[in-house]
Amino acid sequence: MARPREIGKAGWGWTLFAGLISLVYFFPVLWIVLTAFKTRTDALAVPAKLFFTPTMQNFINVFYRESITAGAAQATEFPLYFFNSIFVSGTSVALAIVLGTLAAYAFSRYPLRGNDTYLFIILTTRMMPPIVVIIPIFLMFRLTGLSGSYWGIILLYTAFNIPFSIWLVKSFFDELNPEIEDAARMDGANERRVFFGVCLPQILAGLAATFVFGLILTWNEFLFALLLTGVETRTVPVAMARTMGGEVGVDYGLLAAIVTLFLVPIFIVTYLLQNQLLRGVTFGTVKK
Amino acid sequence: MAAASPHDRMAAPEGAGGFLAWLMAPERRGPLLVAPAVIVLFVMNIFPLLWSFGLSFFNYRANRQDVPDFVGLRFYERVLSDPDVWDRFQTTAVIVGSSVVLQLVIGFLLALMFAREFPLRRILLMLVLAPMMLSFVSVGVFFKLYYEPTFGLLSQFVSTFTGEPFVLLGTPTGAIVGIVVADAWMWSPFVMLLVLAGLVSVPKYLYEAAEIDRASWWRRFRTITFPYIKSLLLLAVLFRTIETFKLFDIVYIITEGGPGTATETIAVFTYRVAFQFFRTSQSSALAYIILFVVIVLTNLYLYAVKRREQEVA
Repeated sequence: MARPREIGKAGWGWTLFAGLISLVYFFPVLWIVLTAFKTRTDALAVPAKLFFTPTMQNFINVFYRESITAGAAQATEFPLYFFNSIFVSGTSVALAIVLGTLAAYAFSRYPLRGNDTYLFIILTTRMMPPIVVIIPIFLMFRLTGLSGSYWGIILLYTAFNIPFSIWLVKSFFDELNPEIEDAARMDGANERRVFFGVCLPQILAGLAATFVFGLILTWNEFLFALLLTGVETRTVPVAMARTMGGEVGVDYGLLAAIVTLFLVPIFIVTYLLQNQLLRGVTFGTVKK
Repeated sequence: MAAASPHDRMAAPEGAGGFLAWLMAPERRGPLLVAPAVIVLFVMNIFPLLWSFGLSFFNYRANRQDVPDFVGLRFYERVLSDPDVWDRFQTTAVIVGSSVVLQLVIGFLLALMFAREFPLRRILLMLVLAPMMLSFVSVGVFFKLYYEPTFGLLSQFVSTFTGEPFVLLGTPTGAIVGIVVADAWMWSPFVMLLVLAGLVSVPKYLYEAAEIDRASWWRRFRTITFPYIKSLLLLAVLFRTIETFKLFDIVYIITEGGPGTATETIAVFTYRVAFQFFRTSQSSALAYIILFVVIVLTNLYLYAVKRREQEVA
């Protein structure tokens, strides 16, 4: 193995070591994934089974099963819930990035009086415990009929993602070289062109980081989704919680199958944007 | 700033073209670009916040039809003089403190491990990041299963040594440990990402110089590595403190605050007051005290971010 250094290259020896640690760390997740392939008896076997005959039954059950209320086996609403989760998270994170980018550009390029105060108030809204606003939001949604609609939950998630989007994207804009923009203006580009043609292309990686970061935080949101979504707009975390209650004990295999399926999309997106995530998570304070 | 738009419309009688031209004037560009984001924030966050601020001064229960009557600061007095509230704050402080320290240590060690280039690094990094991508609900449910006395992996593992069933969640200390481990496991990768970003930003020539000087590992760490990750560590501490302070789902699922009230965090307590006892106003007052604490922490947090920016610049 190479000599110990904080930063540097290491060979397969290090891979072995890191692989072992990573596997230990990943074990609770791995166990969930394994449970998804187990029968009901295997899932709660004593002693626990690491090796077993895998079954796809749990995954089939996610989409097609008999329930106590409905009797005979029938298709579940899970495809809808998966769609809802993807649609609601995707739309609200994207919307937050669009609005956040516009605002961030303004905060960066046209500072208002008390710029920092506004930015602070905006960040505070993200830091506050959901419990502070949950009752008023619940009442507000009931009064306006937003309760149970896509728009309600999307707007709410958008509002949750806006503060981070503004802070992150602003730090990316702050880093750009203003001389390039001035040069473009000299060449006769109008402000819209400076924004879309000069600034935006330079921060695409930053936007990707913001997207991943927002998506991880929105994907699993439970409390507001529980209170504010209806039968048609229910997201997977809420549906997941509902499969646990009522019936005879928790069906861990079924639950594990849902968790596993639900992990796949976010896992893929994070893997693809991994390098950007490193930046996103420090709020853009790390320079390249 | 943002509230200007309704008045704008009245001030522009010369029609849409004139109004647009007026609106697009350079001096209004900043407020105009900020407006959409601020409007959404106002409707969905700030307005409900003010509403619940108002509620905290009235006697109101969300499950009754009574007309709310004004009681002023009574609920704040009641909340602040309630020994239960202080007790829950203490519980929260213990959980937050130990969880954040644990996250910091684990996150830091993981970051040191991933700060090198080695084969399969991208894939192994994904394994470690996975816990962060799980929902609180699934982490809660499965950790509860792992802790379960008969079927649980942990209990099975421990009882092969002791020979008797192991009930982690039975004692107050055990329950707190159970919560802290689940939360720290889930969020250490977040700290790891922050520290990793700091480690990666250390210029390599500094280490090369140190190697020529034959500086010891500790000396290299103290004089080169630590200055670069110091403020990122502070950032991680503050961000995780603020988030852990709000810890709700995991506690509610794993222990429901028990045994007794040993693991009832302030967020769980507030939830109980609001949705089990339906003391809406009291919960609002409580929520505002939490918000105050969070704002103080946020200020510290921003201070840390500012310092980091100055260091890098």
